[in-house]
Amino acid sequence: MNNLEKLIAQATADFSAANEIPRLEEVKAAYLGKEGSLTALLKGLGKLPPEERKAAGANINSAKAQVESLLTERREALRNAQLEAQLQASALDVTLPGRGPSRGSLHPVMRTLDRIEQLFRSIGFAVADGPEIETDWHNFTALNTPGNHPARSMHDTFYLLDAAGQVREDVLLRTHTSPVQIRTMLAHAEQYRHLDSMPEIRVICPGRVYRVDSDATHSPMFHQVEGLWVGENVSFADLKGVVADFLRRFFESDDLKVRFRPSFFPFTEPSAEIDVAFMHGPMEGRWLEIAGCGMVHPNVLRCGGIDPEKYTGFAFGFGPDRLTMLRYGINDLRLFFDGDLRFLSQFQ
Amino acid sequence: MQFPESWLRALVNPPLSTEELCHLLTMAGLEVEECRPASADFSDVVVARVLSVEKHPDADKLKLCSVDTGEHGILQIVCGAPNAAAGMVVPCALVGAKLPGIEIKQAKVRGIESRGMLCSARELGLSEDHGGLLALPADAPIGQNIRGYLKLDDNLITLKLTPNRADCLSLTGIAREVAALTGAPLLLPTIDPVTPVLADVRGIILDAPAACPRYCGRIVRGVNARAATPDWMKQRIERCGVRAISALVDVTNYVMLELGQPLHAFDDAQLQGSIHVRYPTVGEQMLLLNEQTVTPTADTALIADEAKSLALAGIMGGEHSGINAATTELFLESAFFAPDAIAGKARALGFSSDASYRYERGVDFELQRTAIERATQLIIDICGGTPGPVVEALAADQLPTRAPVHLRMARATKVLGIDLGFAQIEKLIAGLGFAYTRTADELIVTPPAYRFDIAIEEDLIEEIARLHGYDNIPAPPPTARLEMLPLPEARRGVMQARRLLAERGYHEVVNYSFVDADWEADFAGNAQPVRLANPIASQMGVMRSTLIGGLVGALAGNLKRQADRVRLFEVGRCFLPAFQPDATRDSGGGQDGTGYHQPLRIAALAAGPAWPEQWGAPARPADFFDVKGELEAIFAPRRLRFERTSHPALHPGRAASLWLDGEPIGVVGEIHPRWHQKYELAAPAVVFEIDLAPFLAAPFPAYQEPSRFPAVVRDIALILPQQCAVAALQEALLAAAPTYVREIRLFDLYQGKGIAPDAKSLAFRVTMQDTQKTLADHDADAAVAQLVQTATEQFGAQLRK
Repeated sequence: MNNLEKLIAQATADFSAANEIPRLEEVKAAYLGKEGSLTALLKGLGKLPPEERKAAGANINSAKAQVESLLTERREALRNAQLEAQLQASALDVTLPGRGPSRGSLHPVMRTLDRIEQLFRSIGFAVADGPEIETDWHNFTALNTPGNHPARSMHDTFYLLDAAGQVREDVLLRTHTSPVQIRTMLAHAEQYRHLDSMPEIRVICPGRVYRVDSDATHSPMFHQVEGLWVGENVSFADLKGVVADFLRRFFESDDLKVRFRPSFFPFTEPSAEIDVAFMHGPMEGRWLEIAGCGMVHPNVLRCGGIDPEKYTGFAFGFGPDRLTMLRYGINDLRLFFDGDLRFLSQFQ
Repeated sequence: MQFPESWLRALVNPPLSTEELCHLLTMAGLEVEECRPASADFSDVVVARVLSVEKHPDADKLKLCSVDTGEHGILQIVCGAPNAAAGMVVPCALVGAKLPGIEIKQAKVRGIESRGMLCSARELGLSEDHGGLLALPADAPIGQNIRGYLKLDDNLITLKLTPNRADCLSLTGIAREVAALTGAPLLLPTIDPVTPVLADVRGIILDAPAACPRYCGRIVRGVNARAATPDWMKQRIERCGVRAISALVDVTNYVMLELGQPLHAFDDAQLQGSIHVRYPTVGEQMLLLNEQTVTPTADTALIADEAKSLALAGIMGGEHSGINAATTELFLESAFFAPDAIAGKARALGFSSDASYRYERGVDFELQRTAIERATQLIIDICGGTPGPVVEALAADQLPTRAPVHLRMARATKVLGIDLGFAQIEKLIAGLGFAYTRTADELIVTPPAYRFDIAIEEDLIEEIARLHGYDNIPAPPPTARLEMLPLPEARRGVMQARRLLAERGYHEVVNYSFVDADWEADFAGNAQPVRLANPIASQMGVMRSTLIGGLVGALAGNLKRQADRVRLFEVGRCFLPAFQPDATRDSGGGQDGTGYHQPLRIAALAAGPAWPEQWGAPARPADFFDVKGELEAIFAPRRLRFERTSHPALHPGRAASLWLDGEPIGVVGEIHPRWHQKYELAAPAVVFEIDLAPFLAAPFPAYQEPSRFPAVVRDIALILPQQCAVAALQEALLAAAPTYVREIRLFDLYQGKGIAPDAKSLAFRVTMQDTQKTLADHDADAAVAQLVQTATEQFGAQLRK
């Protein structure tokens, strides 16, 4: 081994022994610094005979390049080790919970109303709204419910007192969302009075309704969603088609059984109750009453300013509270009106 | 309407199982609410005669009976019944019989072999009677299975009838419907007039012909009111849920159930002169059968004789004119009272009767004579007696009319959406037994007297749809013109408001719209809320004019359930009489003709920690500024203005009114500490309540090109008097600043060491940027100088060094 080879071997050993970058830089000076051994060898070239100088210079430069390469390699390794140590030191327990606020929730019945709205919007139904203190005319008279009909008794309907403490007979808390039908038809008929043929009415009307009734399955305040489609060729078959489609989409179940059963409402003729039966789950096979519906009674169309000879229409009324109970398996109606966070927070 | 299946099948008997029959009725609109066996399930019980009774040698209360069970032999049975006696005919459960709850085995009772059990009514599940053995008639066939003998293999069907189908409040009506639905023959009993034996009559005068256009009456003399009602009749009426009382009463009930005609029997010996159907005199009182004394309203028709009132017409008989066990002279009434004259009367008096229930829905106005003949025959058969002639008083012009209804084939197709064909429709109408004539394209139908629900074409269309079967009408997806609904970008929906708040941690509640009057006083300062006439509870007596009460109530409920962090919101209507000044905040009502303002509002409440308890964030309670921040966020990019305000629900120093575009839209603040104790709130709660309408108007984005030049940022710290409102200062600074000042943002508020106690230090970060050039230092210096000068001159500020 010549001197240069010894020098390279020594540098390799010295660099490896340097465990930190400042130490490595010190060691480097011993070879490549002003006083370093390789620097000294280069300086000594001048003393050699000219015919040896070239070869000796090439050897020394080659050795210098090797030492520099060893140095870079070692420096890189030390840096990596340092970074690695830093990263290790700053590692987190990634299983700790995340930070931040929490989410609230939509009331389950509002989730249902939202889905109902979206489903009906997808076939061109708009959403209409009406007052909850309603006139007797809109709530009953215009809906073909004569003055002595049992539905108008104090038994079912909340009435109000006037400022003098007398019962007002002209206004009440609406007992259903059907008065919104009348308001919608009147506004629509007025808007298109100048046309020979008015565009169709397609609306749903969700909202709160009130009846004097309170037990495990009845609340004095509950929700309804009314639907109305009036046009020149709207039939009972269309009603069946829309409602059956809706129920299957709402419950996301193609094997849901839906049946229409003749019934009676003053404001529709023919009238039907809609029953559904689930093919699975706790209610399997039982017919459950879910809505009332029918073709809008000609007297009702007339009260809405619409010619019943030219236009026909259907209306339906669903109970979103019941739909919600069935969909999520909720067994007590009162939970909806309790404001209990333990219940509500489950509907995020 | 409850009835035994066997009675219906005696009148019409289609080849359908019980289940099929019930389905048929339900799908025809006569909903079967319940169908249950007429008796409990048991087997191997036969009619037996007790031959002898001896005392049990080892038990005082037990008896040894020798019992003849016909083909099953003579059996020795130990029995404890007090009424067991030789000669008695009783039900005997044989060894192997299964009774409700027990199975009969051969056994030794106190050492004596017993081969069966003699039964009480309760042991067979027939009634609650457990006083002794069920005594059967002496002529009951010994050995016959008791189920067959007592006709126990029957079902009780209960219909939930809609108010339009009064015609089905009788077995005849239901049978008529089943015949129309199935084509099975109708086997109604023939009812022949009973030939009068006496000439005795009582005059009938219709003084109120609108209420009573037809009244049939008849005298029957010499009846035995104590005669026993035959078992078959008793069984039928009892299986209709009507209590058997006495033969005369049972007959009237039987005919009502059979034909649908309510009848009334008066004790003729109590009557004086002619019968009048008249309205009451002023203040006239009556004691009714149910021992209630009433003062009938002026439009309530009475049955009266020439001396006194006898009954409330079509509603209930009077106490003094009714029949009893001693009655021998009978006056039978079979009348038609108009539905409008009866409707609501019984309910107004606080009761309901079978008669009024039927009359107010509509009784066949051609049925009265038939019904009185039927009842007469049954009375004579059961109680004996001799009848006089039927006297009928009629005001023909007051009877209901049955105008012909035109049923156009084209209309039926349009309404139903399918073409059933003329022949099919005619067949269905004919099957109902309606009289009709036909033209080329329509049927002209005259509804029968028993149907009060066929007045217009649609009523007939419902009939044909019903008979054809709603199930047989197809349900295709409808076709319609595809027109998109408007979707205004500058409007958001209510659901978006809900979602925004839910995303920000609030849970939606639905509170009652009627509240405790205290809530209105405490949270809205409303001493005259809209009151309900008939609340279900006093604490739900008034309509709310604020959502705050409900939220506070829900907070208290959740605190009781140990919730420590509560965030709630509600979207709902508030109710204000139109004359209240708050009408300026109206956003929904007012124009609806109700005379009330019913704005939809949205309100939210936060109590407890600002954030859910967690490891990386210090816990602090939610305060005014957290909730204010929610409002600013949900209204962004529009800017709300907040002004100190006073509000009955809120802390006087921590309440603000909200303004948007110069309009007041609501309030935000901390619940007034004075309510903490009353409403059981442990810690402060912050609420806001705003009108929904301004929230729903969302601005259309107004775009500005971003500047290409760098921004310059300078901070200014100002010392201001404590009471100086930051918003006012900020507005003044913005107004005074050159146009290139983009934003003046408060980033620090400091009070304490180094600052006078009645002062505060506000630090603003001023961002400047020009769209045309890079700002120079002297531009920024000039702007800052301008801002400091404004603050100093207008607000007495000092620049903090």
